[in-house]
Amino acid sequence: MTEKETLLSIEDLRLYFRTTQGIVQAVDSVDLKLGVNEAMVILGESGCGKTSLSRAVLRLLPNNVDTYSGSIYLEGENTMEMADEAFRRQIRWFKMSLVPQAAMNALNPVLKVGDQVAEPLIVHHRAEKEDARNQAAWMFEKVGVPVDFLDRYAFELSGGMRQRVALAMALITLPPLVFLDEPTSALDVLTQANIFNVLKEIKQELAVSFILITHDIATSSELADRVAVMYAGQIVEVNTARSFFTDPLHPYAKLLMASVPKLKVEQEPTFITGQPPSLINPPSGCRFADRCPSAFDRCSEEPPVFLVDGQQVRCWLYRAKGVRA
Amino acid sequence: MTLELNGQPSNDIPAELSGTQQFRSDGPTSAATSQDVLLSVQDLHVWFELKRWGFLNAGHVRAVDGVSFDLHHGEAIGIVGESGCGKTTLMKTILGLYQPVQGNVKFDSQDLSELTTRDMQTYRSKVGYVQQDPYGALPPFMTVERILSEPMIVSGIKNRSVQSQRIHDVLTEVKMTPVDDFLTKFPHMLSGGQQQRIVIARAMILKPQLIVADEPVSMLDASVRVEILRLLQKLQASHNLSVIYITHDLSTVRYFSDRIFVMYAGKLIERADVNALLRTPLHPYTQALLAATPDPDYRNALTHKELPPGEPPSLVNPPEGCRFHPRCPKRIEGLCEVEVPPDFEPVPNHYTACWLLR
Repeated sequence: MTEKETLLSIEDLRLYFRTTQGIVQAVDSVDLKLGVNEAMVILGESGCGKTSLSRAVLRLLPNNVDTYSGSIYLEGENTMEMADEAFRRQIRWFKMSLVPQAAMNALNPVLKVGDQVAEPLIVHHRAEKEDARNQAAWMFEKVGVPVDFLDRYAFELSGGMRQRVALAMALITLPPLVFLDEPTSALDVLTQANIFNVLKEIKQELAVSFILITHDIATSSELADRVAVMYAGQIVEVNTARSFFTDPLHPYAKLLMASVPKLKVEQEPTFITGQPPSLINPPSGCRFADRCPSAFDRCSEEPPVFLVDGQQVRCWLYRAKGVRA
Repeated sequence: MTLELNGQPSNDIPAELSGTQQFRSDGPTSAATSQDVLLSVQDLHVWFELKRWGFLNAGHVRAVDGVSFDLHHGEAIGIVGESGCGKTTLMKTILGLYQPVQGNVKFDSQDLSELTTRDMQTYRSKVGYVQQDPYGALPPFMTVERILSEPMIVSGIKNRSVQSQRIHDVLTEVKMTPVDDFLTKFPHMLSGGQQQRIVIARAMILKPQLIVADEPVSMLDASVRVEILRLLQKLQASHNLSVIYITHDLSTVRYFSDRIFVMYAGKLIERADVNALLRTPLHPYTQALLAATPDPDYRNALTHKELPPGEPPSLVNPPEGCRFHPRCPKRIEGLCEVEVPPDFEPVPNHYTACWLLR
């Protein structure tokens, strides 16, 4: 952990779902810490539980939840002990907000975007409509949407503009923590780069922390201070951006990095054979062992988290180099 | 303004077109190696008519507006562009799904618009199509075997043993082995990568000469993407296929194509060999695209990127002159907003439509 003050601390978080085939262990004993004004990227392939993790922290749960346990300390307070109503009133949109996946299609088509962005202020902060609209105009400027777009409807905006509006909506109450779930995956390269420019500026100006959930490794490096890699419901590595993007620790993270096609460097990308395990009956022992090129007999046991130079990695290869967390 | 389209592009040539646009040949390569050309696209315009208001003509969406290129036997080209730049319309016109309002597509020197319905069917068996979203492209109620035999039934290969032999061969080729395990499966039982393999197998089953792949890996996970690209690469080499690879992702193109075409607002603005284009991009738009495509590097988070402002123009009323000029940092006042830039060839076989290189 850096010297930064801790904003969010997740301990042993579990979220299991009931399905007809059995219990799906979507999030399985996740530990994470996030500092104030820090951007963490959660990387993983589809189905690894990264969206479920954000849903678990924000307590936006479907109705087939089987197990939901662990502790989530936000500014020192355990939100897991709060009642739903208190959580809604005190946490959601005050302390944490979410830019959902495909946010550009999540806007209400029959409301003007300005009213939509102002709504959280009116509902949560009981602001006057006039003030809320002014605040929305200010936020529009911050995210790079022309102020005269306040009176437009979502269908009148392009995809990039809609994504900015969704971002403005999440930021309007100035929460210390914002979850971004695949914020740019449906956008064009130039639009994507523009949105990341905006995110960088906002992070600096408003001192927000971001948790960016994505499978796109190259663009995630645009924002990341630290990187957490998720595989089959577990966090397998937490590392600083600096050392992750040059030399990741976990074998899965190494292969993932090697599979990114690069534009400016001559390097043939590789791929990972096999598929991630089912989360219904995950294999005992290391969940990546089947696909891992450096697997050995110890991998049939569940690996603990080792600390290597202060970074977490869940892999037996580091039993000598690291210390058990 | 309503942007509703009448499903098909309009067939009558609108008045604005006649006389104003001049045919421009594809440069010296087209004449010299015409023997070798498989597909030739000349001055192609595909316009869609906007929904009319009474008798008024509401105008056209000029999705493809003056595109010319030649594709050789066994060559792979990548067409790169942002969404809405017309790359999918171009592809669908090549597949014979849309009729151009002007210009033509020639396959083996045969003009597509002159083909009879029967010849069109033969043409379609020579062109394989790999869709973007494998899950959406495979019928959910058909088994893999049924999906793969469908094209053969349609094109008249009725012999069951020939059918099953071909299915077996093509599935082995896309590495869906052991084949018998997969034949009875339905698409939802397969992973995304496997589904995309089935889509590729379906495109290959009639032994085509040309494969058109529309963003074949954009819906897949990073770890699987390279695997699918490698597979396409291998098929291309072993069957001497020509491939048109359409994508918005520059970083995957270089592993796959011989030449890259950059498309912006309905026009090809730069055409060059992969390495030439990636090392020395000439058009300011290509330069911006390259600058905006990140490689994984922690330093990205520390820097602010200089990008052209704004968004691609509307294709109903595209800007006069060069279509990139409102966003271009290097525009020449009095020229770029007045005259459409022709293709220049500052370096041999590197074409770009930009006045800076005149």
